Amino acid sequence: MRRVAVIGVGQSKFGELWDASFRDIVLSAGIEAIEDAGLEGREIEALYVGNMSGGRFLSQEHIAALIADYAGLAELHIPCTRVEGADASGGLALRQAYLAVASGLHDIVIAAGAEKVTDIVDKAMEILASGVDREWEVFNGATLASLFAMMARLHMDMYGTRAEDLAMVSVKNHRNAVKNPKAQFRREISIDVALNSPYVAEPLRMFDCAPISDGAAAVILASEEVARKYTDTPVFISASSQATDYIALSSRKDFTRMDAVVFAAREAYRKAGIGARDIDVAEVHDSFTIAEIMAYEDLGFAEKGKGAELIREGVTEIDGDLPVNTSGGLKACGHAAGATGIRQAVEITLQLRGDAGERQVDAERGLALNIGGTGATAVVTIFSR
Amino acid sequence: MLPRFWRKIKHRYNLIATKCENCGTYYYPPRNLCPKCRRKSRIVEVKLSGKGEVLSYSVVHEAPENMKDQKPYVVAMIKLDEGPVITSQLVCDCKEVRRGMRVKAAFRRCGEEGDAGIIYYCTKFVPE
Repeated sequence: MRRVAVIGVGQSKFGELWDASFRDIVLSAGIEAIEDAGLEGREIEALYVGNMSGGRFLSQEHIAALIADYAGLAELHIPCTRVEGADASGGLALRQAYLAVASGLHDIVIAAGAEKVTDIVDKAMEILASGVDREWEVFNGATLASLFAMMARLHMDMYGTRAEDLAMVSVKNHRNAVKNPKAQFRREISIDVALNSPYVAEPLRMFDCAPISDGAAAVILASEEVARKYTDTPVFISASSQATDYIALSSRKDFTRMDAVVFAAREAYRKAGIGARDIDVAEVHDSFTIAEIMAYEDLGFAEKGKGAELIREGVTEIDGDLPVNTSGGLKACGHAAGATGIRQAVEITLQLRGDAGERQVDAERGLALNIGGTGATAVVTIFSR
Repeated sequence: MLPRFWRKIKHRYNLIATKCENCGTYYYPPRNLCPKCRRKSRIVEVKLSGKGEVLSYSVVHEAPENMKDQKPYVVAMIKLDEGPVITSQLVCDCKEVRRGMRVKAAFRRCGEEGDAGIIYYCTKFVPE
């Protein structure tokens, strides 16, 4: 396997992009990535795109061909493939692109992620819930939020995690988003506002839940040799791991842990030859605030049951020892389903290159965790300078 | 959407689980393949007692369109006495629900497809 580097990144604004179509946002992210890399479009050898539900959000399948077409790549006839794993679709596309380059099959590949959700606004919550077991969870009355709420309830009862801890995750991510020009919610919130927001699914409140956003992101991967020709600051992918678990939460042994995350993280650390303590910055999948606390534990940043201590002690704040979700995370940067995994890779790359502007942290190694649904799919990617 | 719900009506209405006679594990939702025994699976259908206890729960305030008329409602993960855990609605006072609470199955209306659409039924739970 060859070393693989990120040589270009791009991202559309995330949010309610009423005046932009699916094609518009994908193109803006793609062009930014290609310009960032200093490439010509015709140098791209393949495209992978993560998209959760073009079929239901837009009644449009065949997303990869559509994107290639509007990116001006149609006449190059390069292979373009859509990858789907609920809201881990972006992470999966990144991994497929990584494998295509690492294997030696291609030298330059673009991995994109895109979702346009506001064309069908009233059904967005239900469509996102298709990432869990429709037939035996959703049909019986469970919502995505309520499944995470049941994890939160147990985590609180068993480990003493408090509603305040969850709110602090949201406050932190909103604060970080203020410094991210691409973020959806660029305003600070107080802990009181978070704690007094209406319940969505008890004990989770509105400010515990990420929005469902429009957005697209793209990264360009290249073999090390090719990367050196294009950039003096390549960011390497030192590991890419993916794991799977039971789709329904009720089938799993422990509802306060995501085994797919534990497994993918363990594999990723082994492949990268490092441990959790070597990570300097991370983007994790805070679709709900409890998921960020659980990610701290499942990724090995904190012992089991002690995730909340990291937020209480400020460890994961932007000026802490291990900043998490410097972009604002899913909560405040926005959660554009299939785009999120790529959007995380963009943020980690910017941080490692020193291009993260006002939210820059000092980091040599970064990690991204992208999960699908309640964690039936997990993708862990480790990046290094 | 309809066929896949009708197809499992027997299991849904009567809490018919499957059991692997090779290892003795009960599965609900029913499985045709035991993840432990795989090709050695010997799957039979078994009716569950419908009794169990609440492992975790949430009171749902933001409900999908077809369940809006029921909100706020309780959704719970219930460990049935035979072993499987089921995610289902618990019909009780939202303030009454507790972890460890004993519950039993009950046949209830579950949701509907719009004003003129079909009404779904399913197994919910009530305090024992």
